Amino acid sequence: MADLEQGAKIPELSVTPDKYLPHRYAGASGDFNPIHIDPEFAKNVGLPNSILHGLYMMGLTARAATEAAGGDPRALKRLSVQFRGMGAPETEIVVSGEVKEVGDGTATIDVVAAQGENQTIRNAEAEVAL
Amino acid sequence: MPVKTEAVGKEWPTTTYEVGKEKIGEYARAVGIDNPVHFDRGAAVEAGFRDVVAPPMFCVVYSAPALGPAMFDPEVGMNFAAMVHGGQEFEWSEPACSGDEITTTAKCLEIYEKDGKGFYVFETVSTNQDGAEVVRGTWTNIVRGV
Repeated sequence: MADLEQGAKIPELSVTPDKYLPHRYAGASGDFNPIHIDPEFAKNVGLPNSILHGLYMMGLTARAATEAAGGDPRALKRLSVQFRGMGAPETEIVVSGEVKEVGDGTATIDVVAAQGENQTIRNAEAEVAL
Repeated sequence: MPVKTEAVGKEWPTTTYEVGKEKIGEYARAVGIDNPVHFDRGAAVEAGFRDVVAPPMFCVVYSAPALGPAMFDPEVGMNFAAMVHGGQEFEWSEPACSGDEITTTAKCLEIYEKDGKGFYVFETVSTNQDGAEVVRGTWTNIVRGV
């Protein structure tokens, strides 16, 4: 378990979703919006290519915060995110975070998910039980 | 054109979802979580769960279906062509385990306009078969050029 003191960085989570990840996530989540699984459709609606599900990236954010708190799924109490940049398959996603506040048996962690300079999830805040 | 706000406060019919062990495993594998409590009954029980437990974000699987009718409601009147999922918050209580029957209700919390964009905020509340709250979600959709 990471040392969750104020100002501490949580261990970075780095994942490179393969080409077919959006299909597997669509099946797992039930979200078959074609912008995630059909590059042709995505291009027809003005996107550069098919894009990752925002909630998949939120899932990675939840995973990073939960792992930082020791891995018990009960540790994650609250997670709030804003979706901004679009995520692309076959590109590394790095989830990083810093402990903002510790108190009352919980730690609040500021989290960001990014592909290079493109912050796909920002202003995210996770509350975990210590 | 100003946003329509008459749907604020409206609630939609409850949906029910029965959580299954293999569905939990499928979700966990998709997001790369390998904790055995999400796959193995023995490991889950040993860790104090009733059965194989879902990762927290599995909540999208059982709570999103309640949101569908809300998003497509003409009274809400969202323009899907210009819509993005702008923000999301979940607050977890009781863990969701295999065999749980989870009911979810959706409600429109807010509709407002800011900087030429429409903000549509919905809340889902999910409870299990014992009446215990499992998760509360706040879903913010943003529509450009309202």
